[in-house]
Amino acid sequence: MKRTIPFLIASVAGFVLIIAYFVPFAEGWGESVSIWFDVLAAIAFILGGGNLLKNHLQKVSARKPGWAYSAITVAAFALTLFAGLAKLGATPNPQYPASSAWSGAYRETGTVFWWIYEYAFVPLTATIFALLAFYVASAAFRAFRARNTEAALLLGTAFIILLGRTFAGVYLTSWLPDSLYGLRIENLSVDIMRVFVTAGNRAIMIGIALGTAAVSLKILLGVDRSYLGSGDE
Amino acid sequence: MLSILRNLDRRLIFLMMLLAVAVPILLQSRFPEKPSGLAQAVFDEIEALQPGDRVLLAFDFDPASEGELGPMATSLTYHCAQKELRLYFMALWPVGPQMISNVIQDVIRRDFPHMVYGEDYVDLGFKSGGEGVIKVILTDLRQLYTTDARGTPLNRIPMLEDVTDIRQMDLIVSLSAGTPGTKEWVQYAVTPYPHDLRIVAGCTGIQAPLLYPYIPQQLPGLLGAIKGAAEYEELVMQAYAGEDPPARYAEARRRMGPQLVAHVLMILLIIAGNVVYFTEQKRGRR
Repeated sequence: MKRTIPFLIASVAGFVLIIAYFVPFAEGWGESVSIWFDVLAAIAFILGGGNLLKNHLQKVSARKPGWAYSAITVAAFALTLFAGLAKLGATPNPQYPASSAWSGAYRETGTVFWWIYEYAFVPLTATIFALLAFYVASAAFRAFRARNTEAALLLGTAFIILLGRTFAGVYLTSWLPDSLYGLRIENLSVDIMRVFVTAGNRAIMIGIALGTAAVSLKILLGVDRSYLGSGDE
Repeated sequence: MLSILRNLDRRLIFLMMLLAVAVPILLQSRFPEKPSGLAQAVFDEIEALQPGDRVLLAFDFDPASEGELGPMATSLTYHCAQKELRLYFMALWPVGPQMISNVIQDVIRRDFPHMVYGEDYVDLGFKSGGEGVIKVILTDLRQLYTTDARGTPLNRIPMLEDVTDIRQMDLIVSLSAGTPGTKEWVQYAVTPYPHDLRIVAGCTGIQAPLLYPYIPQQLPGLLGAIKGAAEYEELVMQAYAGEDPPARYAEARRRMGPQLVAHVLMILLIIAGNVVYFTEQKRGRR
């Protein structure tokens, strides 16, 4: 029962969406299922929050390696959630001047939530992303070798793209006559993206689409029920 | 020399990268930009619209990708405001609303103070559900959006009074850093309604190759990474702001300086690494 009901819900929803796509009469059914999906997606945030707390609190209580990071995660989560829900520091909405801060917006400038976002979340996420540049440079020096023909081709392509995405590409080959316009680095980089990358990506996309269709059909028909878990818990 | 290269400390590479990025920023280096066909296509799509036309701006990115997409968002909003279009902002990413607030603050309130909230622009905020949201608002906006981001009911917002679904938009502008993003907008919004909807997009460098297969039928214009942002910024500022726009409208072009030096450094490092590799191979054979 624990696996049958979720399977039936998934199967019915999936088939309704397929039918709605092909049969104009059933379009409304598809919309209803899509709305259920959106409602579930909103509820999933609560489930996600609960799951985060469960996993990290378990780590903290068992003093597993790295438990201090879990403690920081839980504290940051609780603080941000409280600041947002309580709308700490929000000014009342001008439409309801007599009411409390609850009528204001939680992310307006000056609120605690805004402060956490602006001075903790933004710098931290930007820093993590920026670190990529350093690690990519180090990896480029240590690992990007022209060991064989395929690697040499990849290397040549990388050079063209790297130069083509900057003014260096324009500067280095601007001397080429108009009859060789297509060989200028900035044009070569566009052609690589437009022809070779597109062709490769289309092949991958078609493969993924066929694979997705096959797996979806197996799920809808109940052949593959691995997504429901083992059912032992 | 070879032994220096072979034993090149990782921290030295990090330091070189730091200098490669920092020096052009400090020197405020600027390089000319030559707009590509895709940037021109984005510009032309917006230019073709008439004052009062509706544009849906979907900001599906976060601060991690703000470095690439922030300047695009600024230029696109500026261009749309100059064209006197009606702007409908929305987000499928939880931190998208903050990105929307940034452009409203930096572009609309600062340079277009005559634009009235609810009449010229509206912030619909974030909705969870990814492509599910797109599928629903294609046929009925009010099924999911009962209020805007400020909590005002949609039927009290003048520019939404006669909007029932997003097929009434004259153009969708999608700025995305992943999923859900441009790919979902193309697949679920534009592809089923090719005669009703048109879309142009801006995306991160890593996402651009995944979107090329949709060009040009499903996606006529695409701004890829900071390079695309700089090209589009050049087009918009040349057309509307002249040679010396405020610094916030030159941000993408300013960021091309560090990109140039960092890319050249990467190429030099790759060449140095290969010199070491082939020299050692040669010695090994002897």
